[in-house]
Amino acid sequence: MGEWSSRVIPIVRGLCLLYVTHKYLGTTVVTYGPSMLPTLGITGNVLLMERISTRTGKLRPGDVVFFRSPENPRRVVCKRLVGMEGDQVTYVVDPKNSDKCNTIVVSKGHVWVEGDNIYNTKDSRNFGAVPYGLVEGKAFWTLLPRRDFGSLAPKPK
Amino acid sequence: MGTPSVLWNVAKKCFTVGVISLTVSDLFASIVPVRGASMSPTFNPKTNSLLDSLSDDRVLVEKLCLRKYKFSHGDVIVFCSPDNHKEKHIKRIVGLPGDWVGTIYDVVHIPEGHCWVEGDNSASSLDSRSFGPAIVCRFLWVWLKEGSPIFCGLHIE
Repeated sequence: MGEWSSRVIPIVRGLCLLYVTHKYLGTTVVTYGPSMLPTLGITGNVLLMERISTRTGKLRPGDVVFFRSPENPRRVVCKRLVGMEGDQVTYVVDPKNSDKCNTIVVSKGHVWVEGDNIYNTKDSRNFGAVPYGLVEGKAFWTLLPRRDFGSLAPKPK
Repeated sequence: MGTPSVLWNVAKKCFTVGVISLTVSDLFASIVPVRGASMSPTFNPKTNSLLDSLSDDRVLVEKLCLRKYKFSHGDVIVFCSPDNHKEKHIKRIVGLPGDWVGTIYDVVHIPEGHCWVEGDNSASSLDSRSFGPAIVCRFLWVWLKEGSPIFCGLHIE
């Protein structure tokens, strides 16, 4: 009994430690889709995401964040944070068809996110400000592709 | 010779217990106290002006339902307030995505990814009638009464 548990417990501890790191510290994420061009390519991006800034409330406009989609809780979406609560945000409502702009104030407890590729993205202009509780983490380092290795651009290129 | 290794062993054991219990309480079930009378008489039926925190009901919440995000009408859930992600509320699901819910003034359609929650004690409850359909947030937990067979929620008779 003692021998069995002395082999199983370190394995269980190791797995739980992996889970705690993934849930509370950070993890690697693979992204795909055209909504963050040219910052992130359509496929083949591997990013490092950290969750400490989210928990301590240190997110700033310009950060690339991951959040649970308000339309589908099983999907995690990556966009750029453009406005925190109380900020005034001006955005182009429909860039493909007109230049009309709209200005809103981000409501309490919410954040405004936009994709870098405004012509092909579903973001806060479609589903509104996102509650802060849905934000999962902040991307701080690109691992792949190799030419983009390093920290992410602070604003869309 | 003896004391440092004893301390190290104690520290290792505490760390193991801490990491494993954190993982279990995140992935399987945990116990939370219920404050306030918005779910009376289901929880905290004795409403007196000095609500002693020792007499609050404690409920067992299970987290396995967060794998699939499938809930039903009548489930009692714990969720983060849309206005302040640090506050948690406990209410009952009254409307699921796609439903139409009638309030005093109009009829509201519940969009995808949202649900309509109401407290059992409608006289004193801050719920979807004030803040609109709540986004199904990652901190969603479902309540089950201690001792009853484990199923994802309590259905209204």
